[in-house]
Amino acid sequence: MNHLLSIADLGPDGIEEVMRVTDSFVEVSERAIPRVPALRGKTVVSLFYEESTRTRLSFEMAAKRLSADTMNFSVSTSSAMKGESLRDTCQTIDAMGIDALVVRHSSAGVPWQVADWVGCAVINAGDGWHEHPTQALLDCYTIRGRRGSLEGLRIAVVGDVKHSRVARSGVLAFSMLGAEVTIVAPPTLLPPSLEGWPVEVSHDLDSVLAKVDVVYLLRMQAERQSEALLPSLREYTARYGLTADRVQMLPDDALVMHPGPINRGVEIAADVADLPRSLITRQVANGVAVRMAVLFLLLGQGPGGGTDARG
Amino acid sequence: MAERERAATPPYGGVFSARSQVMDAEDLRRAVTRIAHEIVERNHGLDGVVLIGLQTGGVPLARRLGQALSRIEGVAVPSGSIDVALYRDDIGLRPVIPEAVTDIPFDLTGLTVVLVDDVLFTGRTVRAALDALNAYGRPRAVQLAVMVDRGHRELPIRPDFVGKNLPTRIDEIVDVSDDGVDVGEKRATGR
Repeated sequence: MNHLLSIADLGPDGIEEVMRVTDSFVEVSERAIPRVPALRGKTVVSLFYEESTRTRLSFEMAAKRLSADTMNFSVSTSSAMKGESLRDTCQTIDAMGIDALVVRHSSAGVPWQVADWVGCAVINAGDGWHEHPTQALLDCYTIRGRRGSLEGLRIAVVGDVKHSRVARSGVLAFSMLGAEVTIVAPPTLLPPSLEGWPVEVSHDLDSVLAKVDVVYLLRMQAERQSEALLPSLREYTARYGLTADRVQMLPDDALVMHPGPINRGVEIAADVADLPRSLITRQVANGVAVRMAVLFLLLGQGPGGGTDARG
Repeated sequence: MAERERAATPPYGGVFSARSQVMDAEDLRRAVTRIAHEIVERNHGLDGVVLIGLQTGGVPLARRLGQALSRIEGVAVPSGSIDVALYRDDIGLRPVIPEAVTDIPFDLTGLTVVLVDDVLFTGRTVRAALDALNAYGRPRAVQLAVMVDRGHRELPIRPDFVGKNLPTRIDEIVDVSDDGVDVGEKRATGR
């Protein structure tokens, strides 16, 4: 694996391998000094053309815990403001001799373009409405941690599917690992076509809740909605929000997940996010370990062959 | 990822073909018993002694040593396992991947750690293990027990307890299992 661009590139075996290796990095993260020398001398640069809290910090922490050097590129203080093109920016950074570029951009496909232009490894940290593979990996890992496996689990993905890269990567990854996925959203928040999506579709959250193992809530992405897709946020919450009343309808062992940042009171009621069955903070904690695994699998692998490992 | 290619090529995959058996199951059992006695003798008992098996070959051996020690002294010896992949000095030079999660459920500070591995070769795994142990405390002493010392050291490391000294060619493979110790070669599959 040279880049991590999409869940489809990994396939079910690749996802399983990332999750297996993540177990080792969770152990590292739980130590008093959570740091290993594995990627000493490597440099990881985050190139974020879109705002982010958890993904950027999570990658940075993952790289630091592997003893890699990290650099941050933020658009507002860079030469991009002087009109430097994306291509020139990437090639300039690459020319400094870096090992990985973590890319977030508001346009779909940018990480693929960047991977063509540079010699280092490229990790997609979210491209437009398209994909967010490390989020899907950490969600799979989090569910697996509670349930052992995703095989046969019923997962409802609820909310703004249309604008959600988390949903695209997540649905693909969940179904690759054998889960049955139902998308629950108002018709205006569904993508124009669901052809090829391995999912069932419902517009009625109440009818779905009683028979799910995981409710995965998506953030209402007001910043991406260019037109009026909803009468009002209150109406959305009334029909699709996970309110305290709706939580009662869930099976006792059902889990609640959300990729963050959460809009308390919109897609999830304020106190529901803090219930024991809510894995939201667990997702964030696992995110660091999963990204350590991804960085190590991308940067820690040699050309192959070599001498006997024993000694 | 490269897992599938790795699985098909030596030293990870391929077929191990044994040429000769140098220890049988009985020899192995006797060696384990002798090493256990030596550990007790060297440490004047088992006070503060813990066993740490190196993933993957050292883990079953550490388990057997633990059983032998408790037969001899009548006490259970705390044991753990360690995966040194993240501390190796050849990361990036060849495929390195963690095989199992390190399990050391106690602070090593002040204890005598007996590191256990099946085969001692270049010494680089042991160097990585010494580095990795630091993350779990500062042991009073670290000792090394191996079933086979096959030579070809690349670092100033020597074992404290040895099952068998076995001169080998550098391209040979030494395989330790419950059934004994074999020497042979590994060949890529499909050739």
